[in-house]
Amino acid sequence: MTEILKLLEEDSRYTPAQIAAMTGKDEAQVRSIIKKCEEEHIINGYTALIDWDRTSEESVTAFIEVKITPQRDDGFDRIARRIYQYEEVESLYLMSGAFDLAVTVTAKSLKDVAQFVSAKLAPIDGVRSTATHFILKKYKDKHRSFQVEAEQEERVLFV
Amino acid sequence: MMNYNNIMSKKVQSLAPSGIRKFFDVLDTMQDAISLGIGEPDFVTPWHIREAGIFSLEQGHTKYTSNAGMTKLRTEIAKYLERRFALNYDPLGQIIVTVGGSEAIDLCVRALVEPGDEVIIPIPSFVCYGPITTMADGVPVYIETKAENEFRITSEELEKAITPKTKLVILPFPNNPTGGIMRRQDWEDIAKVLDGTDIMLLSDEIYAELTYGQHHVSPANIPELFDRSMLVNGFSKAYAMTGWRLGYVCGPEQIVKQMLKIHQYGIMSAPTMSQYAAIDALKDGDVDIERMKEAYNHRRQLLLKGLRDMGLECFEPRGAFYMFPSIKSTGLTSDDFCTRFLQEEKVAVIPGTAFGENGEGFVRISYASSVENIETALERMRNFIQRLK
Repeated sequence: MTEILKLLEEDSRYTPAQIAAMTGKDEAQVRSIIKKCEEEHIINGYTALIDWDRTSEESVTAFIEVKITPQRDDGFDRIARRIYQYEEVESLYLMSGAFDLAVTVTAKSLKDVAQFVSAKLAPIDGVRSTATHFILKKYKDKHRSFQVEAEQEERVLFV
Repeated sequence: MMNYNNIMSKKVQSLAPSGIRKFFDVLDTMQDAISLGIGEPDFVTPWHIREAGIFSLEQGHTKYTSNAGMTKLRTEIAKYLERRFALNYDPLGQIIVTVGGSEAIDLCVRALVEPGDEVIIPIPSFVCYGPITTMADGVPVYIETKAENEFRITSEELEKAITPKTKLVILPFPNNPTGGIMRRQDWEDIAKVLDGTDIMLLSDEIYAELTYGQHHVSPANIPELFDRSMLVNGFSKAYAMTGWRLGYVCGPEQIVKQMLKIHQYGIMSAPTMSQYAAIDALKDGDVDIERMKEAYNHRRQLLLKGLRDMGLECFEPRGAFYMFPSIKSTGLTSDDFCTRFLQEEKVAVIPGTAFGENGEGFVRISYASSVENIETALERMRNFIQRLK
């Protein structure tokens, strides 16, 4: 299973037939493992890595540090749930260290992010403070560099 | 006007130029062409290794090292060979760091071969052994390995090729281009054949880390063969470091001492920056080897299945990163197949004949390329073969 998951994480476009060929399993077996992983939420979706900066689309992404007061019974989970349900929230992590939740938010403009923080995030019961950092440039995501490396010159070498 | 042909060494002029160049020249002019021709990893050297090279420059390590290579590097090489292959060499007397495995091969041949000595070379194999032997005034004697023997060299074949003039046997396993590997039993059989002779072995183990399903066994792992084995390895294939030009040779101290003289006059010392990078590779690179090997293995299985599905007979390669399918069923010669495949489908593969006469009927396909390239190449090959029918 790990081998299949690693391959899908590398490129989710790999078909069950390709994965079967690469791992020496049969296709039906690969299909059923993938299905099982989907059902058990080990695989939670398939997506593309897009560098929006190269498009005409205007957007800003902010990384927000949030300090919260944990609640009886639920700890951090209930507040987290109240945050991650917002469409704007791209990711949410519980952190160790100086703050509790790391929230990334994508919106059309700086103003929209400010609006989200002041009108939606900060007022949530239990949220003690927020610190918003805007992302200026994405260099790498999911092990993929977003920079285009210079092509190597053609070689006519025989080895 | 000078007549250079009369001036230049006849020996050098007798060497055949690489027959492959025309493919790459054509390839250069094509759009959307895919090359599965070049024999080097498609990975970039892992960053921590590159970083170690850069740091050495920042620190100002820009001078020669000792001729045999930095003691620290030789020590790490000895530790690595012990850890990965259970081989024991003395870093101070039995190891020379060279400019790639190729220099190491050249050193061995030049240190051992006297005019007229025969050097046994299994083919198909990498192209350098014959010319290097010729340059040392040795006589190449070729053994043709066979698909039905999994492209291994058998003790019977070796025994037949041995004459009183035999000085050296070159053993290129895991093999480029066939992917054949030797097993412990094969070496033990060969040990019996060599018993009582003074024949030396040159084991080119540049692909030692890249075996699939079974661990690499060196002839030096066989106690009866250790004293007659010269081991050549390097960083190019295992760590994706081809451009750093760094390899090494290990063997009996007396021979290594003579080789060091050739190295010292011709090379001085291997590039210092590369040596620093190599120390880091040996210390922290095991995980990189595993990662790249896993990727090669996936591609290997994908390509093998693809070729077999289109009806091509193909030996399952056990090492390196090449597939060596038979294209005899197409009725084309290797050269025609490769020329037409490139012209009609824009995919470069190498005719088997480039690796020895008995490579006729085969082509070499490198799977050190992206899954996407391999899939596209397979699709184009399917079209090509379909049209030939």
